[in-house]
Amino acid sequence: MNPTGLARLLAAAAFGLAVTGAAFAQSVKVGAIYPLSGVAASVGVYAKAAIEVATDIVNNDHPELGDLPLAKGAGLTGLGGAKLEVVFADNQGTPAAGQNQAIRLITEEKVVAINGAYQSGITLTASAAAERYGIPFLTGDSVAANLTERGFKWFFRTTPIASDFARIYMEFLKDMKAKGARIDSIAIVHENTEYGTSVASVVTSTFKANGLNITQNIPYSANATDVQSQVLQLKDKKPDVLIFVSYTADAILYAKTMKSLDYKPPIMIADDAGFSDPSFVAAVGNIVQGVFNRSSWSVGAPGTKTYLVNDMYKKKSGVDLDDTTARIMQGFMVLVDAINRAGSTEPAKIQAALRATDLKPSQLIMGFKGVKFDEKGQNVLASALVIQLQNGVNYVPVWPKDQAAAEPVLVYKGW
Amino acid sequence: MSSTFIQVIASGLLLGAVYALFSSGLTLIWGMMNVINFAHGDFVMLGMYVAFVVWTVMGGGPAAAVPIAALVLASLGIVCYFVLIRHITRGPMLAQILGTFGLALLLRYSAFWYFGTSFRTLPETLVGGTLPIGPIRIESSRLLAGVVALVVTVCLHLLLTRTTLGSRMLAVAEDADAAELMGIRPDRMQAIAWGLAAAATGIAGALIANFFYVAPSVGETLAIVAFVTVSLGGFGSVPGALAAGLLIGIVEQVSAYAIGAIYKDIVVYALFVLALWLRPVGLMGRA
Repeated sequence: MNPTGLARLLAAAAFGLAVTGAAFAQSVKVGAIYPLSGVAASVGVYAKAAIEVATDIVNNDHPELGDLPLAKGAGLTGLGGAKLEVVFADNQGTPAAGQNQAIRLITEEKVVAINGAYQSGITLTASAAAERYGIPFLTGDSVAANLTERGFKWFFRTTPIASDFARIYMEFLKDMKAKGARIDSIAIVHENTEYGTSVASVVTSTFKANGLNITQNIPYSANATDVQSQVLQLKDKKPDVLIFVSYTADAILYAKTMKSLDYKPPIMIADDAGFSDPSFVAAVGNIVQGVFNRSSWSVGAPGTKTYLVNDMYKKKSGVDLDDTTARIMQGFMVLVDAINRAGSTEPAKIQAALRATDLKPSQLIMGFKGVKFDEKGQNVLASALVIQLQNGVNYVPVWPKDQAAAEPVLVYKGW
Repeated sequence: MSSTFIQVIASGLLLGAVYALFSSGLTLIWGMMNVINFAHGDFVMLGMYVAFVVWTVMGGGPAAAVPIAALVLASLGIVCYFVLIRHITRGPMLAQILGTFGLALLLRYSAFWYFGTSFRTLPETLVGGTLPIGPIRIESSRLLAGVVALVVTVCLHLLLTRTTLGSRMLAVAEDADAAELMGIRPDRMQAIAWGLAAAATGIAGALIANFFYVAPSVGETLAIVAFVTVSLGGFGSVPGALAAGLLIGIVEQVSAYAIGAIYKDIVVYALFVLALWLRPVGLMGRA
């Protein structure tokens, strides 16, 4: 190589370094692991849209959003106005891929924190990788109880969890009983990975401790090709209350099969996830009228910050925020707020800022009582209410009474 | 016998017929060319989307969707043969596996890109809801799929065993070089086999869409059943796929009902392994 060539090369290298160096100073990278392909991809793609809206709120000036952290002003004000950059990774619906993506985000993309990963079973493995590397991991939506029972130091969770829902369902059913509904026999049908199994077991133990009987327990595989037998088992036993813990594909099969086999329980409760997926509601919402569900999300009146955020999201995704996507967006906002307060990209400082989180209801888009983490990383102020699919394809809050927009309608109507 | 149990058996038979329907295309290619088509599930998925598009654009039901899906998929099958399969069959076994696997991913992610990730469904009313027969309820859309499964199986079987075209195709499958010496062009026969197999798969997809959800990843869910059905029935045997499909359908339903849904796969696969241990060529396969 002649001297001029070498000089050119060096100059190019120096220029390259300068460019990357400058880019680093101007942006803070956060990883987001979601199912962008595989059976749960419909949720993953909506999750991505939700996070992109949150990023827009942070990076651009949004004075109309009031107290929402980082809405006012552009960029991360605590880091000299640095831009927030989200690196998305596809968990492909498998725990192994989720873990590999977490490692890739940390070692190659050099993210300062990670958010994800929808399926509890995948959050389990991905957060274990983050723990090993000492990178904060925040989930806004995975509810399996054991995620915060592992003694992790870098794991945080904003969503209410299985024990919260179990209590809500239990109190709701007791209230319905007081109004004359029968709740003597209760069936629980759940998918058999981390999410379904753990929620079902928490619901079962909470119900039992409070004198409610789970009389039928039907685990199944979420990627099943057929659910007729399960519906026939239910049809045989005729439980007073039926509880589903399902993802989207299986929820659609249950809805269709229940109609074709003409089976309706008197009360049907579905635990979020599949039954909240906008594509589930659009596809089969008209044949599961009257199903109860849980939610911490409400669009609110026109002009409110939740309404405006929903508007931004709808422009991007074509659908309204639902409980799942809103919880994902909320979790991401809490994580970014902590990074901003840390005033640093150092993981330990972000971890300390997360521990010091104390957000008020006015600073949130979700109907939580606030965000404050206990020593396990669980948000102790998370809460939810009962919603019901009424009049076509809209979930409305129906319980508890002080937060209800409509009366709960019994019995389950179906189609 | 309780009426519920009769319902379980009826559901099992209908489910099995559907399994047979979407497996016939796979067994044809496997038997004719010794190529394992890993893109099979995604061919079914495309057939389902054809039905969905026919419904959204024209408001048409299976009467329109089935022939259109058969045509679209047959063309796709022939194109795939000339562009990809013809070349990879000259390579080692691994190239074939990875080649069709790549095709599967290409089709799946094209569908993700074009149709989006949302789950779609067709209205139940398209094929006329549910027929109550005494205490039993039969979904018309499943019944239609089951009947078509029988018709397609019989037609494919007759085509292979009773026509000159069938004899030529079988001759190529048996010994391509010898067939070529007899004046049969293996390339053409194999292209026809791919077209036929893809058409049968498209028909299956268009019918299954009437009672299943439609999503880009649906092929993944269905493909595994197709592979099990084909190997149990015997590679290349169309009637074998029918028998195996029905058997798997019934075993699945009865075990899921009697023991529990999470155990049905254990029962099905245990029987599957046992059957292959006793008869490695499958129920109706030839050694």
